[in-house]
Amino acid sequence: MAPPRGAAAPAERELLSAGDVARTIARMAHQVIEKTALDGPVSPAAADSGAGGDVAGPPLPPVLLGIPTRGTPLAHRLAARIEEFSGVAVPAGALDVTLYRDDLRRKPTRPLEETDVPAGGIDDRVVILVDDVLFSGRTVRSALDALSDHGRPRAVQLAALVDRGHRELPIRADYVGKNVPTSRTEEVSVLLAETDGRDAVLIRGQ
Amino acid sequence: MRDLLTTDGLGRDEATAILDTADELKRTLLGREVRKLPTLRGRTVITMFYENSTRTRVSFEIAGKWMSADVVNVSAGGSSVGKGESLRDTALTLSAAGADCVIVRHPASGAPHRLSGWLADTRTSVVNAGDGMHEHPTQALLDAATLRERLGGIEGRRIAIVGDVLHSRVARSNVHLLTTLGAEVVLVAPPTLVPRGVEQWPVTTAFDLDSQLPGLDAVMMLRVQAERMRGGFFPSAREYSIAYGLSEKRLAMLPDHAVVLHPGPMLRGMEIASPVADSPRAAVTDQVSNGVHVRMAVLYHLLAGEEL
Amino acid sequence: MTELLITGARPYGEGDPVDVLVADGVIAEIGERGAVRAPSSAEVLDAAGQVLLPGLVDLHTHLREPGREDTETIESGSRAAALGGYTAVFAMANTDPVADNALVAGHVLRRGREVGLVDVHPVGAVTVGLAGERLAEIGTMATGEAGVRLFSDDGKCVADPLLMRRALEYSTSLGVVIAQHAEEPRLTDGAQAHEGEGASRLGYVGWPASAEESIVARDCVLARHAGARLHVCHVSTTGTVDVLSWAKGLGVDVSAEVTPHHLLLTDERLETYDPVNKVNPPLRAQRDTERLRQALADGVLDCVATDHAPHAEQDKSCEWDAARPGMLGLQTALSIVADTMVRTGLLDWRGVARVMSERPAEIAGLPDQGRPLAEGEPANLVLVDPDAEWTVRGGKLASIADNTPYDGMRLPAVVTATLLRGRLTAREGKSD
Repeated sequence: MAPPRGAAAPAERELLSAGDVARTIARMAHQVIEKTALDGPVSPAAADSGAGGDVAGPPLPPVLLGIPTRGTPLAHRLAARIEEFSGVAVPAGALDVTLYRDDLRRKPTRPLEETDVPAGGIDDRVVILVDDVLFSGRTVRSALDALSDHGRPRAVQLAALVDRGHRELPIRADYVGKNVPTSRTEEVSVLLAETDGRDAVLIRGQ
Repeated sequence: MRDLLTTDGLGRDEATAILDTADELKRTLLGREVRKLPTLRGRTVITMFYENSTRTRVSFEIAGKWMSADVVNVSAGGSSVGKGESLRDTALTLSAAGADCVIVRHPASGAPHRLSGWLADTRTSVVNAGDGMHEHPTQALLDAATLRERLGGIEGRRIAIVGDVLHSRVARSNVHLLTTLGAEVVLVAPPTLVPRGVEQWPVTTAFDLDSQLPGLDAVMMLRVQAERMRGGFFPSAREYSIAYGLSEKRLAMLPDHAVVLHPGPMLRGMEIASPVADSPRAAVTDQVSNGVHVRMAVLYHLLAGEEL
Repeated sequence: MTELLITGARPYGEGDPVDVLVADGVIAEIGERGAVRAPSSAEVLDAAGQVLLPGLVDLHTHLREPGREDTETIESGSRAAALGGYTAVFAMANTDPVADNALVAGHVLRRGREVGLVDVHPVGAVTVGLAGERLAEIGTMATGEAGVRLFSDDGKCVADPLLMRRALEYSTSLGVVIAQHAEEPRLTDGAQAHEGEGASRLGYVGWPASAEESIVARDCVLARHAGARLHVCHVSTTGTVDVLSWAKGLGVDVSAEVTPHHLLLTDERLETYDPVNKVNPPLRAQRDTERLRQALADGVLDCVATDHAPHAEQDKSCEWDAARPGMLGLQTALSIVADTMVRTGLLDWRGVARVMSERPAEIAGLPDQGRPLAEGEPANLVLVDPDAEWTVRGGKLASIADNTPYDGMRLPAVVTATLLRGRLTAREGKSD
């Protein structure tokens, strides 16, 4: 439906449909499997022991930590796909970064969101941070700080459903669902069934 | 939120937001080796205690430090306060020296309100850490956090506040907060320790503790404040203890799920029998640990948002 | 002697406007507009639309001199009084040193005369140093130069019943009045505010109404047995009104005053914690103010007295408990009475003259104050514009201190001129 005449409704465009979102997550799952060698010999028994770090042998599967709000369901979906494709159970959780943000004083007080680090912890594991949109990189920086207060991962990787550019910090994603060139004034929003009732990625111009 | 002066007028949403933040902080810090968050780095928090209180001051100090604020303690004894400087001058001095937040305990009711007025044109927030017989909002918040944890919620729960209600700022703050959160509050005290005009409060009042016990979800024992007592409010400690002390026999009259709170310091034997204080039904140590998380949450809500 | 012609004023706000010629300190002539012949040298005061009243008399003022000249002096207080429409004030004894002897009382009287803006009458202390232990030299103060008429330990209660009995008995031979600050100290230990729901919720130590009422009842009984006159300062509670009705019904020779602030302000002010609202006795509940207004209209309460109490900034700009009790009152009293009593229809201007001039003069035994507006009477007068309004500003009041609880409030009735024995002491808000 066309916006009413005279209304300055910003144009909204769908970048990814629900089907696109599902296919994108599936592709990212394959990339994770490949990059973390989950298609190689993995010890499922060691996956939950949490003590595998100093034992020679197959590496432990990575831990996926979503950055709330929408990174959390994304991490769980990604984990489910990875298990489906590789047969390896991958722990997934959430890491709230609010307390580590550098822009708290610029906005009204934010409510804290859930942090849920899987039982095995993150020490000596590969941690993959999962977020919906990668923009300035400041959220990821906050997440790296938060992560270091929870333990010492062997390596940290980053997965983002959408990378819209305009980085303000030297941060790069290891897994990108879709690169979207944007202008700073545009707004990219990811909708997920868990939080918004449907899956889609939208872009709104100014 | 700019200041935390009372729970009177603190909205349900606002109170719940603080309690939720406290819960999240508690979960976040649970089992961590490094209990330090960078959130308030570079912010300066000053505690100004005109009454002795190790537990509250230390709780605020830990809360500030776990949030990485710089915490400075000013006590009435070792500062110009002791030399007769006015509260106003002290507050303006501390504000000018860079305090983002002043946490004040004062024997005069309303002293934090006065501070807040004097500091209205500055960026310094004021937290009431107990003023006279008026309020002690963070104590009520930590009590509410403990009750939520133990009872799964506060809405519809029946909670008795027992003892020296007249002189108790803890009682006042709890009356406002618990009723705002939907609890049914009953004050139990001898007539001499029931405040005037209590019939206009959103509570019921009873003189007899025993008849209340079977219907309670929680019982909050108050400290008998000898220092605020002017004239005999009851004949003897023994008679008070017989009528209002929480004995083992009374503990047994409570429903099994009911929880016992005490803001401390406890007068064992008089207000609460030692075995009751040490029983798993008593949440006294939970109250203390929740106190730190609630105070962190308060500092977060005051200092981590946009400057107002 | 200068002559002054007041034109177009309405005495007591009644009847047609008249012209009033003042000469040699007395009312020389009152006549229809234009009918009064004045010498050409006479100053003319256009008072069209204004109300002419006898000069106001305040039985209860704190002028702070000697001792706290940083807050008020007899000079600054006299100016405030003149601007407020007063021609006589009684300066309370709780100065430093206390006016418990003829020397201090004489100083206050002389200093008042030197300033000359209002008749300043010293109040003598009932007990030495206001300590409530032994009687001050009441006789010496009464019969000496100062001619003290009124004795009070105001600020403190003469709590010892035996001492109060003796003071009342002793006063009968001197024709003086004992004015009691009614506050049972055992019931007000540490008290900060009216004991009610507000104080309970806000954590103030309560000042119970019973502390006032029990002393008033006791003193009425003592006065009855002593055959003495008793004056009750600043009545603040409904119960005290009941006690006074009862005592007056029994024929006890008791009079009572109420302050403007107890007629207007209530303990709702406690919410602010601002000690500008701290006063003793404390601001009471709404129902008390309503009862006090009614009792003033009915005559159970005889008069209005200001309890004008200047305090230094540092004694108010602090936490409530540390603040001194008291508030300015001289320049706002008439306006508050206009607001609470005239606007509400409880009193007409003749009634105002009764409660603010005639009765207080009568209680204190002042022969030349509170007199009728009639030819040959002393020209102690005040002109009031009943329709004008003004906004109170603490810093603009004549008192050295600023502690008015009415700061920023818009009040009715403006004093346009005050005459003390025919001389203008205040005019259009200015006093020389």
